Amino acid sequence: MESNTRLTQNDTPIHRALEEQRLNRLAHFDVPGHKGGRGNKELKEFLGADCVKLDMNSMKPLDNLCHPVSVIKDAQMLAAEAFGADEAFFIVNGTTAAVQAMIMATTVAGDKIIMPRNVHRSAINALVVNGALPVYVNPGVNQRLGIPLGMSVKDVETAIHENPDAKAILVNNPTYYGICSDLKQIVDMAHDAGMLVLVDEAHGTHFYFSDTLPVSAMKAGADMSAVSMHKTGGSLTQSSILLTRNTVNADYIRQIINLTQTTSGSYLLLSSLDIARKNMSLNGKFYSSKMIEFASYAREEINKLGGYYAFGEELIDGDTVFDFDRTKLSVHTRDIGLAGIEVYDLLRDDYGIQIEFGDIGNILAIISGGDRNLEIERLISALSEIKRLHEREKSGMFDHEYINPKIVMGPQKAFFSKKLSLAIEESAGGICSEFVMCYPPGIPILAPGEMITQEIIHYIEYAKEKGCLVTGTQDMNVENINIVDTSA
Amino acid sequence: MELWYTDKHTQNVQLTMKVKNQIASVESEYQRIDILDTVEFGKVLVLDGELMITQKDEFIYHEMITHVPMAVHPHVENVLVIGAGDGGTIRELTKYDTIKNIDMVEIDKSVTDMCLQYFEETSCKLSDSRVHMHFEESIRFARMKKDEYDLIIVDCADPYGPAEGLFTREFYGNCFKALHEDGILINQHESPYYSEHSRTVQKAHKHIQQVFPYSTVYQCHIPSYPSGHWLFGFASKKYDPIRDLHEEAWNRLGIKTKYYNTDLHKGSFYLPTYVKELLGMTGEIKNI
Repeated sequence: MESNTRLTQNDTPIHRALEEQRLNRLAHFDVPGHKGGRGNKELKEFLGADCVKLDMNSMKPLDNLCHPVSVIKDAQMLAAEAFGADEAFFIVNGTTAAVQAMIMATTVAGDKIIMPRNVHRSAINALVVNGALPVYVNPGVNQRLGIPLGMSVKDVETAIHENPDAKAILVNNPTYYGICSDLKQIVDMAHDAGMLVLVDEAHGTHFYFSDTLPVSAMKAGADMSAVSMHKTGGSLTQSSILLTRNTVNADYIRQIINLTQTTSGSYLLLSSLDIARKNMSLNGKFYSSKMIEFASYAREEINKLGGYYAFGEELIDGDTVFDFDRTKLSVHTRDIGLAGIEVYDLLRDDYGIQIEFGDIGNILAIISGGDRNLEIERLISALSEIKRLHEREKSGMFDHEYINPKIVMGPQKAFFSKKLSLAIEESAGGICSEFVMCYPPGIPILAPGEMITQEIIHYIEYAKEKGCLVTGTQDMNVENINIVDTSA
Repeated sequence: MELWYTDKHTQNVQLTMKVKNQIASVESEYQRIDILDTVEFGKVLVLDGELMITQKDEFIYHEMITHVPMAVHPHVENVLVIGAGDGGTIRELTKYDTIKNIDMVEIDKSVTDMCLQYFEETSCKLSDSRVHMHFEESIRFARMKKDEYDLIIVDCADPYGPAEGLFTREFYGNCFKALHEDGILINQHESPYYSEHSRTVQKAHKHIQQVFPYSTVYQCHIPSYPSGHWLFGFASKKYDPIRDLHEEAWNRLGIKTKYYNTDLHKGSFYLPTYVKELLGMTGEIKNI
């Protein structure tokens, strides 16, 4: 008998080991204390007996996420292979944890990291935790749509030139709206300058499984990437994968991940990563082409309705929109006189359709391998109805999603400094010491260390008035804001 | 050997009929389609295991879904029929010479093909020159139309399969847009009796009410359907189903029916108290 059978993408080591333990019917004197749901009948009924029974803790046959030597190691190896990486780390604290691990593994307090300002809050959070300093590259802005775009190669070049001591460059691939920078070119420039390239691919999992979508981080030669398997890859919410190449020390990265990741990794999440990897590996090409087909059809039909603008590849300009993720269905709504968030609310409240987000001028619907023709038709019809019933003059509407911030202090210093609480409308001129953002998308309007301006205050008030969920401040009502007490 | 077919009415109730033989069975892109010959109900059409129509009582359903609006609207020329793959609704509509065009939109061509071959009792008028069959997603078809139809009839299965989209507010809104300013929308409205379905009835009615200025429901008795007590929705931009009933004019047409008559027309809008309560119609009939 062969002792070391080579695993293939058809295998699911964690899934298999878990199934084996379930069939073994162990007498459990370990956690979790619900013991297969017997100790919490309501939970068992709600989630289903099978699901609750699989909620087991780490044990020898199931390996250990903090120190993988058997089935988790094998599953991570298969994931690395599927994504074309040298190593893969399963993450159960969300892609947030993966982004933070990338930053904390490559910078320490005082180090510089180059990034676009329209990063997810998790990236700036990492800077608050470890004290690294951001060098922001202002993203391009599309004037008609008001949305932030990718980074221009020239701006990245300037940032590298002006900050030769920067340790790494973080790139969104793609942005929430599906826009990609010239990743390959940025990787080449960064590597020439001795910098690492970290990629936030929270919205780009599917890039790895299609020939017709924008280039993936690993293919472009980036050193690390945070891939939100749960977003478009089909695993359970909160599960994610960190990919690395052998240009970084994998054992050190594991230590960094273990600084903050739970020691009780959920096997529901881990097995979902395992099964989702297999599924994408075997069927990802099919799903991706289905996603492109659905999104392209919806774009075409929505644009026929008039008023709406479902944008796509025509935005590509070879620079700040180097490429576009055609599976994203983003629709500009301002020309029918409605804020994106208003359309988002109408879709849910009146038509029972939940989309990913609505912001000042756009909505975003996530298309995945799980979609059906029926729901796509419902979405288009509901948009048609919303236009028929609610279209109005667009005068007085805010026309952009993004304001270039003025940075006056490092995020960690500003966040932990002595603070004053002020009413937001009276805070102009202060240095913000906390975050303010609409969630989703979770891209900060203000981050710690940034100057508060009248324009930003106006933006926050407008977003609140239109119904955006504004978050980040200590004040749960988001009426007051903490600023750095510069007299201290 | 005895063969029996069971239609599940709810999780806990079922209707079982003795089968003489299975006439045809195919798996289409959308669903499994069976036509059986039964002892009591004659031929029956079954989609994904659920009974759609029986040869014995389909006339009740098809007469009530067509003649009620036809006796109210004084000049129906252009009709859109959603679903109706078996052809029964079309058969009733073709009895009116005043109708000039019937667009029928059925998602599953296989249903129509099967009925043309094995259920000629309902599909017999599908070849009428006024009938135009479109095999596509009906929610899409309706969305493309504006101010075109006098009457729209939604003759579909229950909302737990391919017909799910036909019970949504956006679909009713698309129908409103597709109708002329005096248009009528009739829809298959499920049964109010079992609690498993009554929520669907309630939700559909609420959606229609939010779209049309006037809306109510009317009822009939269909023995082979769950509980036998069945509802149709009557939504309109202008006409009242009782006040605007053209009793004499309709009777002068001399259309032969087995269930529908103009007395029953009026009566069918008078609803049991529990149904009125379910639909929030306490007091007199709402709106109209």
